[in-house]
Amino acid sequence: MDTIERTLLEQVAELHEVPEGAYNIRANGQSAARNTTANIDIVNKKDLPGIDIIIKPGTKNESVHIPVLISQTGLKEVVYNDFFIGEDCDVTIVAGCGIHNCGDQTSQHDGVHRFFVGRNARVKYVERHYADGDGNGQRVMNPESVVELDEGSYMEMETTQIKGVDSTARKTSAKLADKATLIVREKIMTHGQQFAKTDFTVDLNGEGSSANVISRSVAKDQSRQEFFSRINGNNACSGHTECDAIIMDQAHVTAVPEITANSIDASLIHEAAIGKIAGEQLIKLMTLGLTEQEAEEQIVNGFLK
Amino acid sequence: MLELKNISFEVNTPEHSKEILKDISLTINERFVAITGPNGGGKSTLAKVIAGIIKPTTGRIILDGEDITDLDITQRAQKGVSFAFQQPVRFKGLTVRDLITLAAGKPIGVSEACDYLSEVGLCAKDYINREVNASLSGGELKRIEIAMIIARGTKLSVFDEPEAGIDLWSFSNLIQVFEKMHEKINGSIMIISHQERILNIADKIIVLAGGQVQAAGTRDEVLPHLLAGTGSVCSVLADKL
Ligand SMILES: Nc1ncnc2c1ncn2[C@@H]1O[C@H](COP(=O)(O)OP(=O)(O)O)[C@@H](O)[C@H]1O
Ligand SMILES: [Mg+2]
Repeated sequence: MDTIERTLLEQVAELHEVPEGAYNIRANGQSAARNTTANIDIVNKKDLPGIDIIIKPGTKNESVHIPVLISQTGLKEVVYNDFFIGEDCDVTIVAGCGIHNCGDQTSQHDGVHRFFVGRNARVKYVERHYADGDGNGQRVMNPESVVELDEGSYMEMETTQIKGVDSTARKTSAKLADKATLIVREKIMTHGQQFAKTDFTVDLNGEGSSANVISRSVAKDQSRQEFFSRINGNNACSGHTECDAIIMDQAHVTAVPEITANSIDASLIHEAAIGKIAGEQLIKLMTLGLTEQEAEEQIVNGFLK
Repeated sequence: MLELKNISFEVNTPEHSKEILKDISLTINERFVAITGPNGGGKSTLAKVIAGIIKPTTGRIILDGEDITDLDITQRAQKGVSFAFQQPVRFKGLTVRDLITLAAGKPIGVSEACDYLSEVGLCAKDYINREVNASLSGGELKRIEIAMIIARGTKLSVFDEPEAGIDLWSFSNLIQVFEKMHEKINGSIMIISHQERILNIADKIIVLAGGQVQAAGTRDEVLPHLLAGTGSVCSVLADKL
């Protein structure tokens, strides 16, 4: 691994070296390193680029890292990864994509992740997006996630995109069986001319299923953000979606929460708020001795923390 | 020492102009200075003028001989002015610890942050990592606001109705907080208040009504008139006291 790849790896996976446990590192379109464990198997897909990650039922406290690194300008790829998480598992999956583009051509990674979460399994999924490079080439990522949560299972998705990605369209859809729970926490910061779109569709099919989709974002400069969140309550279930955005400079933010109840026992809430940093927050921090810029930074960092 | 010289503040709306502060001249040099007076009298506006949040229409503000009228909020804070808001501000994401640390102006350990919180009667371990958001009650926010001023420890501290929302049990502690604070910073503490118990510890009392100084003097000079509801103080205020 070279320094650029090392930096990307640090940013997307908070890893300084190859991780513990199972992992698959994809660098510039190739599988660069892989490790499997007794409980977690990783195999190449036969018909498509990508891998299957198979986690044995009952696997507890294990993790899988699947970072994707791109440092070659002009590389465009679509990768299909499927996760089969057995019954009663309790695992952490860390995915992430780092692009370093100092060339003039667009580098693009589109990942399609499908999660099949078995009965009563618990999954924590963490995904970070990061890009840098001083070239004019665009850095584009379009992740798509498809989630199927079986009875009593629980999944927490944490996605973060703080820096450097010029354009991103994230699509997430989930289907929940009885008593399944999905929690999504999304954090986005865009600046310059960046564009970020997220689109969630959650079908609460099972009795007692619940979903909570929370997005916090900051849009600076001339950047644009769009947030769509659709929750369909098809049974006795509860759903909550919340989008909270800070808008700065000449940015544009659209938030469209949509809730549909198809059952009399569905209880659904949506909240969306867009606003600039409250003047009194800036003033309070300035009375503590911070400059206006420092105050702004503290407020934004706290908000996205 | 803080000197206010001929401070006026006027707001202009399309319909009319309104003078909220009228030619106020004051010297604040004592340990505890209480500012009292009816609602709408101009107390909070005066505090904001001192902190630099509001620019006066006319007049000068002198801190320890230096004219700070043209300094902004940040510069005044750095010169040693602290201001506890009447209505504390909530922050999504920032924790109690973050705010105390920012107030201290340097990295502080958990135990130091906890000390400040316990001084205002908050059990530190329950609060230190709480977000300063809508989940905190008004009284809790007020105490955190005071803890920030203690953490700053500057030579001039202005508290705008610190007792509001604080239950009576902790009220005597609040006075102890001010006394302890004074020992440490050896500066002036200005407290906007309607509470007799606060007025009772004041070295100087200033009565502000209708944007004007109605009375200013030692406690012994001003308090009897206030309590009797005589003199220039209006009866609304007398009722409050
Ligand atoms: N920016 C403003 N524009 C118009 N009126 C104001 C403004 N700020 C304060 N006032 C008015 O000035 C008066 C004094 O307010 P304030 O200083 O908050 O009084 P106090 O703190 O003594 O209750 C009130 O009548 C208030 O409504
Ligand atoms: Mg007031």
